[in-house]
Amino acid sequence: MSEIPGDLKFLKSHEWARIEDNGHITVGISDHAQAALGDLVYVELPALGDELTAGNGAAVVESVKAASDVYSPVSGTVVAVNEKLVDAPETINGDAYGEGWLFVLKPSDSSEFEALLGPDDYAEMIENEEH
Amino acid sequence: MPMLNQTILNATHRAHGARMVDFGGWDMPLNYGSQIDEHHVVRRDAGMFDVSHMTIVDVRGSRVREFLRHLLANNVDKLKTSGKALYSCMLNEQGGVIDDLIVYFLDDEFFRIVVNASTRDKDLDWMARQGSRFGVTLSERRDYAMIAVQGPTARSRVHGLLSADGSERAGKLGKFVAAEIDGMFVARTGYTGEDGYEIMVPELDAVAFWNRLVAAGVKPCGLGARDTLRLEAGMNLYGQDMDETVSPWEAALAWTIALDPEDRDFIGRAALVAQQRSGVAREMIGLVLDDKGVLRHGQRVISERGDGEILSGSFSPTLGKSIALARVPSGAAAGALAVDIRGKAMPVRAVKFPFVRDGKACVGI
Repeated sequence: MSEIPGDLKFLKSHEWARIEDNGHITVGISDHAQAALGDLVYVELPALGDELTAGNGAAVVESVKAASDVYSPVSGTVVAVNEKLVDAPETINGDAYGEGWLFVLKPSDSSEFEALLGPDDYAEMIENEEH
Repeated sequence: MPMLNQTILNATHRAHGARMVDFGGWDMPLNYGSQIDEHHVVRRDAGMFDVSHMTIVDVRGSRVREFLRHLLANNVDKLKTSGKALYSCMLNEQGGVIDDLIVYFLDDEFFRIVVNASTRDKDLDWMARQGSRFGVTLSERRDYAMIAVQGPTARSRVHGLLSADGSERAGKLGKFVAAEIDGMFVARTGYTGEDGYEIMVPELDAVAFWNRLVAAGVKPCGLGARDTLRLEAGMNLYGQDMDETVSPWEAALAWTIALDPEDRDFIGRAALVAQQRSGVAREMIGLVLDDKGVLRHGQRVISERGDGEILSGSFSPTLGKSIALARVPSGAAAGALAVDIRGKAMPVRAVKFPFVRDGKACVGI
């Protein structure tokens, strides 16, 4: 299990969010989530320009084992999607917090980001989940 | 939560870093890292699976052949030489499948049967009830662990671990034949579509044998890979592709029903004959999704003749796309088919299965 980068925030449903220098927010799924899903084989991404609402379904990741909805941690407009995942979904297995990012949002309400779980709280949550 | 059953290899799996899962009440390895890598190892080289959770039952008695002629939908009279194996369904009176199994003929008073783990209790009950009037004795062989070694190099890797005599005898085993070799029961059978062995090994020797197989280059694989391998090979999974509400006609298992000779009165025969006469309303077909996405158990199949459902569905690592077994109204495969994936009707193709044989895609897949 890789270290959780300190600049990430999380949803309980295992999505991560990172605020970039320009105020945009990058979203992916946690390393814990990719390990639980196993080998990923298909990713369904939102479209550029989609308006997403915090807590609603934004993408789907499918492993050999299961399909899983990805919820948007914050509300906003999709300004980038990681097209590379369409042909190489396994990128998420290899680098969930880096190359395996899913999409980037321009947030409509920056207070939503602040309200997300911090890395320590998320680490504690998955620790408790495993016991 | 009730305690899960463990095989003798449980600690070995954990020490190898297996991700464990509750598999029908058994704590079993799902994978040791990448399920897809494990799948490819079996198609290209050699992998092994702990299948000690499966139920081995020895059936003995002077009327054991007569009993099995009555119990099973396939005909054990096809088994004439010691060690020969047969795949069969065990049916109820309605023609529904209680379980699927492999039966080995050992001698005129001794057959060995391997049934599924999840159906153990009801199978043993049913066999005991049906067997009483034939005076047979059933004994479960919990003293055996079972390791399936599968893949194009599986047999030669196993041979290297056997005595000179054992290796020679194993090398001569035909497909679907077993023999006692070096204190183990070595069967040239499997559930992956590759050549290999399923080996019953005394429990006390199982960990050492497993470790010798690892040293011989056989890679431990989890039940995740086993599932995608058997699906590519077009092999049914009990409880998912058929159960007591489904007859072999509806599960693409007609090849396992032996209606000849006509006077063999096996359980479920009358129901099967009646179904055959009136025509079967549903059939099992193979599907391929050429678009991106994954077919999964329970998804709705949309056809011109009405709805069907996905039974076993998964991503096929060998083909790089999704495949499935589906039950649909009879004749539906001749028309257009689609599967409802999260509200979208995705077009699929009906194909003959197996999907993969000897490591390669079959024609038309």
